[in-house]
Amino acid sequence: MLTLFGDPEVWLPLAFAGLMGFSILVYVVLDGFDLGVGLLAPLVDDAERDRMVASIGPFWDANETWLVLAIGLLLVAFPEAHGMILSGLYLPVAIMLIGLILRGVAFEFRVKAPAGQKANWDRAFFAGSLMTSLSQGFMLGMYITGLEWTLATLLFSTITAVFLTVGYSFIGATWLIYKTDDDLQRKAVDWARGGIWGLLGGVAAISIASPLASERIFERWFGFPEILLLAPLPLTFAAIAGVLVYMLRKLPAEGDAFAIVPFAATVLLFALAFAGLAYSFYPFVVPDRLTLYEAAAAPESLLIILVGAVVVIPIIIAYSALAYTVFRGKATDLTYY
Amino acid sequence: MMDTLLLSRIQFGANISFHILFPTITIALGWVLLFFKLRFNRTGDMRWMEAYRFWVKVFALSFAMGVVSGITMSFQFGTNWPGFMEHVGNIAGPLLAYEILTAFFLEAAFLGIMLFGFRRVPGWLHTLATFLVAFGTTMSAFWILVLNSWMHTPAGFELRDGVAFATDWWAVVFNPSMPYRLVHMLLASGLTVAFLIAGLSALRWLFGDRSGEVRTTLRFGLTMGAVLIPLQILAGDMHGLNTLEHQPAKVAAMEGNWETRGNVPLLLFAVPDEETRSNSFEIGVPNAASLVLTHKADGIVPGLNDFVTEDGEVLHPPVAPVFYAFRIMVGTGMAMLVLSWGAMALMARRGEGVGTWAQTRRGVDGLPKLLLIALVAMTFAGWLATLSGWYVTEIGRQPWLVTGVLTTEMAVADVPSGLVLSTLIAYLAVYAGLTLAYIGVLVHLARKAAKGQPPAEPRKAPSAVVGGLHAAE
Repeated sequence: MLTLFGDPEVWLPLAFAGLMGFSILVYVVLDGFDLGVGLLAPLVDDAERDRMVASIGPFWDANETWLVLAIGLLLVAFPEAHGMILSGLYLPVAIMLIGLILRGVAFEFRVKAPAGQKANWDRAFFAGSLMTSLSQGFMLGMYITGLEWTLATLLFSTITAVFLTVGYSFIGATWLIYKTDDDLQRKAVDWARGGIWGLLGGVAAISIASPLASERIFERWFGFPEILLLAPLPLTFAAIAGVLVYMLRKLPAEGDAFAIVPFAATVLLFALAFAGLAYSFYPFVVPDRLTLYEAAAAPESLLIILVGAVVVIPIIIAYSALAYTVFRGKATDLTYY
Repeated sequence: MMDTLLLSRIQFGANISFHILFPTITIALGWVLLFFKLRFNRTGDMRWMEAYRFWVKVFALSFAMGVVSGITMSFQFGTNWPGFMEHVGNIAGPLLAYEILTAFFLEAAFLGIMLFGFRRVPGWLHTLATFLVAFGTTMSAFWILVLNSWMHTPAGFELRDGVAFATDWWAVVFNPSMPYRLVHMLLASGLTVAFLIAGLSALRWLFGDRSGEVRTTLRFGLTMGAVLIPLQILAGDMHGLNTLEHQPAKVAAMEGNWETRGNVPLLLFAVPDEETRSNSFEIGVPNAASLVLTHKADGIVPGLNDFVTEDGEVLHPPVAPVFYAFRIMVGTGMAMLVLSWGAMALMARRGEGVGTWAQTRRGVDGLPKLLLIALVAMTFAGWLATLSGWYVTEIGRQPWLVTGVLTTEMAVADVPSGLVLSTLIAYLAVYAGLTLAYIGVLVHLARKAAKGQPPAEPRKAPSAVVGGLHAAE
């Protein structure tokens, strides 16, 4: 089986890079809207905040698990890269972890602690979401610029931190457009109308800065014939962004039509931006230092994981779909019975 | 300033200590909830549903605490212990991957349905979701204990240039200490939950709650504890014998035994001193350690001095922490035994009136206030026993990270110690705050539940209590 698809030293690392990329993308989309809802939560009153939390309550746990899978795949498939990346990002990782802890437990504490403490846990919910978003954006910037701590990379990473936070807020708003109605939905549309310019500005800024920051990325994008192969990506992105801007002006529509469109379009935008990043970095897993093939674990171990992953991931997707189906429709108050 | 190795160890130890508190609860509580649900399905008795509703809240909170603290560790492998994956990643990787794939997603996805789906899905699907969450938590325990056991008693691999490669996955998974450790940990989880349920129910009772639900859970917790504790003593003994075979230095530290010899006493108390390589203030039972470990009064017990090389290199674990932690674990277990069996005996006494024993036994009404207070004090006794047990086995593995393969020192990251210290302080602050908040919320839930229940007097017949709760829906 090892040689079924050719040299296992080539196709196995590639397969794992694909799986890992898939997990990161799913995480960024799914926990992205969870974090976005957390970032937007201070903007509303208590009753509306309960509904916002209810719109993500049954899902956030499974959504966060994609991060565990992504980091787990990095750990098991590219152990050397895992150590290099995470020890290079020691501080932002620690801040993200504390953010994730605060955000995750605040879900539970805000409804179970004595009523007087709810406001504090709401603050923790927001603060945790903010810490997580900012540090993830910061890590993205550090990764793009090659994990080096210089003034320029810090500046770039600060910008990506802000823009990823805006991006998460935006996908959070589109999720709320889909999952809520009435006043809260109208507020979400307003947030999204403002947020879209932040998102597009962020993607533009990162797209301009990345090739300037890295010669290799510049070659990948503007070399010939790469530029022709790459061209459909920004064009599709622009088309979807156009639809999104148009839809946001029209919503909320009669009979709640098209409420899912902004969210779906945003997922596509995230996927395209992610594809652009993946294209820019291939075949490196640690930019300019370590390729997928150099970092990969032993083929025998990878194969054992791959067999499990190929069997189990479709099942995971199936029962995740079941969970989303059970809690479909507009968010209502969460009750235990 | 302390060095990076020590700080990294303290940090990982703090993280994993905080983390293990919550899976220890959710592993067994998942099955308890399934039991409550099945009892309700079978009998239609609302007491079981009330019990489910109260304890599912504790489960949800504990689960969230477990998830977020678990994520921390998957990152710390990389941030603090890159050498671990570099050397044994080919073994640890697949085991961790299978834990994520077969356990984490299962429990996380069905948790939503279990918690919030009662009115949205058919009854069977809700029961199934409860089962799958319980199953997922147990699968998670299985995989992580496989990996942990492999680190203690590695098998089924070969070393090439210091890197481990699996040669026999069956031997990796079913390594020598795995079955013992798994059983010991699952029973520890059961006991932790038994005393948590008994303790919180006793607290509700002391708050004046005399509902059918609290009677049921108090009796349930005590019965569960009374059944599991003898099993745990047996499992612990077998695990100890397994350790004696595979990690004799750890057992020598647990017993505080310096010289290999026969007729070794079981030390109830002592102050081990590694400087003088001897104990002071020894109080022991003659020959008992030999008897326990070898089942012969003059049996030979390994001594710590065998694990010092001729040029003075110490290859045994630090003695004092292992020695003390072992005594705390065993002492807590003994307290659990006395308390649960004493409570069972008191509940079994005949009360007034005529009828068979089953009709007149005093049940939870026969428990004196002092015992209820003791149960409240023991609410988190399972945590104490579990943590000290883990300290025995993990500190007892030092200086190795993977016995005979990789030392802890070889695995640590080259991160400035000041950086590790600052994150350590931040984690400790968060963990301390959250542990206090968690206990506070449990007490709050107990008080709130007690307030919503019928008062202590006048006592109603159980059927009237059930009817009353129905009416209050």
